[in-house]
Amino acid sequence: MMTSTQLSDPPLGASTQNTRLPPDPWRGFTGHQWRDTVDVRDFIQATCTPYTGGADFLRGATARTTALWARLTAMFPREREHGVYDIDVTTPSTITSHAPGYIDADLEIIVGLQTDAPLRRAMFPNGGWRVVEASLAAYGREPDPAVREIFTKYRKTHNDGVFDAYTPRVKAARHSHLITGLPDAYGRGRIIGDYRRVALYGVDRLVAAKRAERAALDALPVSEDLIRDREELAEQIRALADLVEMAASYGFDVTRPAATATEAVQWLYFAYLAATKDQNGAAMSLGRTSTFLDVYLQREIAEGTLDETAAQELIDDLVIKLRIIRFLRSPEYDALFSGDPTWVTESLGGIGEDGRPLVTRTSFRFLQTLYNLGPAPEPNLTVLWSPALPEGFKRFCAQVSIDSSSIQYENDDLMRPAWGDDTAIACCVSPMRVGKQMQFFGARANLAKTLLYAINGGRDEITGAVVAPGFEAVTGDVLDYDDVVARLVAMMTWLVETYVEALVTIHYMHDKYAYERLEMALHDYAPQRTLAAGIAGLSVAADSLSAIRDAEVTVIRDDTGLVVDYRIDGEYPAYGNHDDRADGIARWLVETFMAKLATQPTYRGAVHTQSVLTITSNVVYGKNTGNTPDGRRAGAPFAPGANPMNGRDRHGIVASALSVASLPFDSAADGISLTSTVTPNGLGHHHEERVSHLVGVLDGYTDAGGFHMNVNVLDRATLVAAMEHPEDYPSLTIRVSGYAVNFVRLTREQQLDVISRTFHGSL
Amino acid sequence: MTALTLGRPTGRPTHVPATNAPGTGVIYAWDISIGVDGPGTRFVVFTSGCSLRCVFCDNPESWLRSGGHTVTVAEVMAELARYERFIAVAGGGLTLTGGEALSQPDFVADLMQAAKERGIHTALDTSGYLGDDASDDLLRDVDLVLLDIKSWDPETYHRVTKRELAPTLRFARRLADLGRPTWLRFVLVPGWTDSPANVDGVAAFAAGLGNIERVDVLPFHRMAIGKYQALGITYPTADVEPPSPELVQRVQDQFRGHGLVTY
Repeated sequence: MMTSTQLSDPPLGASTQNTRLPPDPWRGFTGHQWRDTVDVRDFIQATCTPYTGGADFLRGATARTTALWARLTAMFPREREHGVYDIDVTTPSTITSHAPGYIDADLEIIVGLQTDAPLRRAMFPNGGWRVVEASLAAYGREPDPAVREIFTKYRKTHNDGVFDAYTPRVKAARHSHLITGLPDAYGRGRIIGDYRRVALYGVDRLVAAKRAERAALDALPVSEDLIRDREELAEQIRALADLVEMAASYGFDVTRPAATATEAVQWLYFAYLAATKDQNGAAMSLGRTSTFLDVYLQREIAEGTLDETAAQELIDDLVIKLRIIRFLRSPEYDALFSGDPTWVTESLGGIGEDGRPLVTRTSFRFLQTLYNLGPAPEPNLTVLWSPALPEGFKRFCAQVSIDSSSIQYENDDLMRPAWGDDTAIACCVSPMRVGKQMQFFGARANLAKTLLYAINGGRDEITGAVVAPGFEAVTGDVLDYDDVVARLVAMMTWLVETYVEALVTIHYMHDKYAYERLEMALHDYAPQRTLAAGIAGLSVAADSLSAIRDAEVTVIRDDTGLVVDYRIDGEYPAYGNHDDRADGIARWLVETFMAKLATQPTYRGAVHTQSVLTITSNVVYGKNTGNTPDGRRAGAPFAPGANPMNGRDRHGIVASALSVASLPFDSAADGISLTSTVTPNGLGHHHEERVSHLVGVLDGYTDAGGFHMNVNVLDRATLVAAMEHPEDYPSLTIRVSGYAVNFVRLTREQQLDVISRTFHGSL
Repeated sequence: MTALTLGRPTGRPTHVPATNAPGTGVIYAWDISIGVDGPGTRFVVFTSGCSLRCVFCDNPESWLRSGGHTVTVAEVMAELARYERFIAVAGGGLTLTGGEALSQPDFVADLMQAAKERGIHTALDTSGYLGDDASDDLLRDVDLVLLDIKSWDPETYHRVTKRELAPTLRFARRLADLGRPTWLRFVLVPGWTDSPANVDGVAAFAAGLGNIERVDVLPFHRMAIGKYQALGITYPTADVEPPSPELVQRVQDQFRGHGLVTY
């Protein structure tokens, strides 16, 4: 089933391929502003038709879709078994590095692969050559010697640059796992190109706009910053030319705007695909595309050239492509974020600034892919929730959550006032205005370990080494709350200085050696930038302080005087029970850390922000942290994100959620993550009731100011069975702090962590 | 099948209402639940003390008043107030359960009245055994009764609960007379409550009342086994297997056969 504009002959080049003129690409579209300037938001506002009905219009998968998907699912077992299906060890990835690839050219409606074959992963050496070598070695592969020579002899990488400039204290904090997951050896991600622009305007128009931006800069007096901007704009224009060349190799001319629904999906996907060939960012998010695409789909349905089955088929085909985005990752990376995540996050729904919902039929169609293709972690479908969303959409989202555990929710009512109604989530919880804002991703610092450093005067509780010099350890045996808090505040200051120094270094080098030329070509010039820190172990730190204050905590020292354990006498209130005694401490920690971040230097004018998010790294953070004063044992996992500690939230999902909702969004505007797991019976006795109740919980949580919620509706028994018989559960998907993952692809430790986590159910 | 042919005295239960100080009650927990204790998100108060000793009881820690702590109505309402907004947005209300909530009728009456004054939906989860102690005024403040009828056959009822069936049936009829919306709850315990005649008896009785809005068949489970071990008491149904899906279906169909909305 080839599209009319696709040629089966070898590509002829962009300008000569069509034998007939395409129809007017903007026929039937209303509005003006978007015609004169690159302004996709205005286009959506002018043209989109909100849909307020239910899901009954949706269609199932066609035989073609099912057959195409079956081609891939047949390949997944080998990929699961070996970690990768195949690797290209000779050709580093660029937008134009690989010949066109197909899953099955006769079956595909939307085409394009990252390399010349599905699931074949490419090397991205600009982020760091050592990581490429280590990743290949993990799978028993060797790089082409010529490539190795280039990246060890002639071409420096981001990773090399960072380590040239790191200071001893940054290295020490990194080595001791006080700061973990820094993007100093891999692509930083969390940058969303506005891929819609390619479909709406065509590349020629975008190049012209970039040239105009450059011309304006050429008129300014020279400075170091300006030279960098001029060079980046030149790179952006070059990347757009590469995109045109890549599309032409598949037989398409993306210099012009998309004129049909199929072209709109194809152009948008080409733009995204080019980004994934240019960069292996940790999170390569898609943006907010469904309502944009809906305009094209509905226009063609109105014209009578597309029916619902064909419209769904287009979205299914796009989602199939998004599901097989792959990057070559190192074992260290997998330990942090297992399950091979790519965070192809697509933001659905939300409300417009004028109060109209931005829900369209295509918002439903994206969710429908979870039925047509089965549950899956990618794309990371993210619903921008508001109690004001149409009931039909709310109920369908809740139904999909109950059936698939594959979607997450973020509070549209918090984001819209801050960033407007064309905001999308990058990665898990990071909101940004599409095409107008980007992030310098900064992973996270271990707040629980920071508390232990405060108690031990900067010595690491596991190795005994002095990591933070110049601090005194506590002297008495029983911990005094005010004393510990004062020490913690001082230690947080040291940590934040060290941490931000690392982040500025990383992003300086990332811009220098691994610039996201295509993604940034799909941004306005001089986007708003944030420098995004993060904290892990919030609930451990809060509960520890609560124990020190309200119970009696006695330190236990080893023979070197290092505090290695704690005896807790008495009870203490734990974070996660909607109890201000403990929740107030958690709030104080978040506010204090943010206030300290804001005093630090920055890079390229980026605004400091932070998230409370761990993804699956809560297991690794816990593994690298000794006994804590809350009674948690050394090595035990932290709770994920902003979750209360496992089992300490004793009053059910609502009290737990309200504790998390009480954390100040103003001090963690890069997102606060809550993962909730509830048994089906914990939501009600029957399906309709469960749907209603989940809608109610999401409304209530959003209304209370909760930012993010992963919803899993699962029985513990199912997870245990999946651990024992993974072959029976290949597509079992669960949400873990900001993304979805195939349960069977988690490490055993992570599986046990998920199973031990609080299930909110009924007895 | 509908007439009461109990053949045994149906006097007042041998029970003395708890003597709480005015405006106080004894509870052992509160919780927020969704979808199991009435419609929507519920603030659930668990009172201490129960006259029944059901063999499948989930909450053996609730049997004795001494297992709880005294709270004032104002304290409970203050805790509830912290969830009032959530409950208003999400839909839901207040549910009193136990133990046996009606072992503290004044406390229940005060709480229900206080909740109604704030416009909060109220539900009372009860075995009905102490229904005589619930005044009409109390029941007027209850928007929904969750009535547990443990069995129809009086012998079975006694074997399961160690108490008599008659007070519960009397309470059920009184609720019907007062027109109080009621959800019937039937715990399905294989080998104890599952005989077709036993189920059919409850179903026919419920169908004849006219105020039963729905029936929840609650499959027995053994999740409380750890509680019994911790308390050092014998769990009479420790060896009972949870009902099969087929059995649950059969029992649900029996209730449906009497025209009752059943889950």
